[in-house]
Amino acid sequence: MSATTHPADHAADHHDHKPYGLSRWLFTTNHKDIGTMYLLFGLLMAIVGGFLSLGIRAELFMPGLQILQPETFNSFMTLHGLIMVFGAVMPVFVGFANWLIPMQIGAADMAFPRMNNWSFWLLPPAAILLAGSFFVEGGAIQSGWTLYPPLFTQSGISGDMTILAVHILGASSIMGSINIVTTVLNLRAPGMTLMKLPLFVWTWLITAYLLIAVMPVLAGAVTMLLTDRHFGTSFFNAAGGGDPTMFMHIFWFFGHPEVYIIILPAFGIVSQIIPAFSRKPLFGYASMVYATSSIAILSFIVWGHHMFTVGMPAAGQLFFMYATMLIAVPTGVKVFNWIATMWRGSLTFETPMLWALGFLFMFTMGGFTGLVLAITPVDITLHNSYYVVAHFHYTMVAGASFAIFGGVYFWWPKWTGKMYNESFGKLHFWWTTIGFNLTFFPQHFLGLAGMPRRIPDYALQFAEWNMISSIGAFFLAAGQIFFMITLWLSYKSGAPAKDRQWEGADSLEWTHLPSPVPYHTFETVPVLK
Amino acid sequence: MTTAASDIQRENRTLGLKLALIVPVMLVFCASLVPLYRVICEQLGITQSKLVVGSSNTQVDLSRTLTVELLASKNQNMGWHFEPLQRSVRIHPGELATVMYRVTNPFDRPMVGKAVYSVLPPAAGRKVEKLQCFCFSDQTLGPGETRDMPIVFRILADVDESVDTVSFAYTFFDVTAQRELKGS
Repeated sequence: MSATTHPADHAADHHDHKPYGLSRWLFTTNHKDIGTMYLLFGLLMAIVGGFLSLGIRAELFMPGLQILQPETFNSFMTLHGLIMVFGAVMPVFVGFANWLIPMQIGAADMAFPRMNNWSFWLLPPAAILLAGSFFVEGGAIQSGWTLYPPLFTQSGISGDMTILAVHILGASSIMGSINIVTTVLNLRAPGMTLMKLPLFVWTWLITAYLLIAVMPVLAGAVTMLLTDRHFGTSFFNAAGGGDPTMFMHIFWFFGHPEVYIIILPAFGIVSQIIPAFSRKPLFGYASMVYATSSIAILSFIVWGHHMFTVGMPAAGQLFFMYATMLIAVPTGVKVFNWIATMWRGSLTFETPMLWALGFLFMFTMGGFTGLVLAITPVDITLHNSYYVVAHFHYTMVAGASFAIFGGVYFWWPKWTGKMYNESFGKLHFWWTTIGFNLTFFPQHFLGLAGMPRRIPDYALQFAEWNMISSIGAFFLAAGQIFFMITLWLSYKSGAPAKDRQWEGADSLEWTHLPSPVPYHTFETVPVLK
Repeated sequence: MTTAASDIQRENRTLGLKLALIVPVMLVFCASLVPLYRVICEQLGITQSKLVVGSSNTQVDLSRTLTVELLASKNQNMGWHFEPLQRSVRIHPGELATVMYRVTNPFDRPMVGKAVYSVLPPAAGRKVEKLQCFCFSDQTLGPGETRDMPIVFRILADVDESVDTVSFAYTFFDVTAQRELKGS
């Protein structure tokens, strides 16, 4: 294995030299440092967003108002969504991309290292704007993460802070995406053809294109909100001839691709983990690539299913309904390919594999409730109910977050050179799985029984399932403290990891690089057969 | 090696700029959604602007005067007497007007009648706004009963310039049999 020869190549030019202290992190252009910062930033934001969700669940533990006033509840619910989507999940996936894409394609670094640094350092100001909006007059915005006018237009100064934060986050995402596409298309090692790319790289390539295409649309929409608020325009103001419904159309033209931006990298991570622990190559590699592309393209023509109840011609409803159901086809291709990969494989169930299987099972459940919601007449009944909340938490938490946990356990030995405690990892998985289902499965029942989302109080008949859901949420959160302890113990005193910790993993970072990976990798470009 | 590195850098920069071009294109697309949305809503007829009477429509246009001719007819099976109390009225566009029709049931049994109307020319028909009309509902008249029935209406101020005479034609149908059928 060339991993052993690689450090020798560079022994002379102080191979592992890196700057120390604060300036290392402020000025770094190293993709691994930036990846680490993205991951830690995402973790911090997940803690903030998780705290907000616990506030929501604490208030909903019993009927009546106990802890949060309705205004504060609305702010918690809104910022929980914004912070989890833009602050936690997206930056974490960009962190994975930074760490892995150069190593997996045999490049020394990203194509634009300085822009990479800038992409990251835009995030903290945006996070401060969002979190700080809680402490200004009127409190944080209460419109829900979708920023719908007219409620959003009536926000206090926090509305402007949110708009600015969204602009900054958008700029960061666009720069990061341009970086990723350029890296993948231009910096692949000789022999690394497009159809040999690890699937994680493929899914991120497609995700990056989606981001470049839709983030400007969101920026345009929030700019219109800004001018409606301060410059006398009436894009969404009915009194001036505008239409708030138009905002919904523009927002969801961004918003639906956005949900695939969140899930496609998760597909990529799972597509790396399952073959590794099945000891078989991924089944149907090419069809995986085409399925991912189809999902991305279809995501642009289904936005209407978020707004069946606002009024649209029957032909429009039918179009959005069938287009949405069409997405089940490429998604089904992916699910069946993962299952076929495991078929007759030499399966072992280390922690990353458990997370991937949890993803497979529960994400598919979220997909099925998505199909239920795609049926227009059913959606008109379930719209804005807890059924929707349950649906998208099955895809966002059991989907995206389970893939993230699996990915962290999978690449942790490569990143740090230390093994985590396997029993702790498995305990964390089962803890999270039980807590997650305890929290969100009852929300299906609540939604079907008619409980609306985004309310701080509810009718008495919803009390039992809400109490169970709240208990589940606190149990789930405690499990994540255990996760952080597990990683900390491993970082401090974990057993050394092998260069190829998972013998079934076959991408370049496992076959060509030692664990932990040196600060600089692939400075001499590897040549692949 | 150094030339190769600078080659790659140049390629990166070219590709990066091309990708960055998507951003203004999508911004323009986003801005174009605003007029596009309006046009689509109007084409599909789901826009509010057609349903709401704007302030301009409530203005009375004193510079124009329209003649409204009132016509009354009966379906061949209808034996009621039916006539307008005035042959025509002259009104300004936008002005609220009231006209009366008189109907008599000459028979010795109660009957149900239904008035169906048409307005000519068609260009004016779209601009007629009725607040009250006997044609809105069935009329049931007892034996020998006579009733005076109003129409409260206006013709919107933006009615086409070419229109100077508007005809309201009402035809009464005998629907007693159908209503009795439904009642039983």
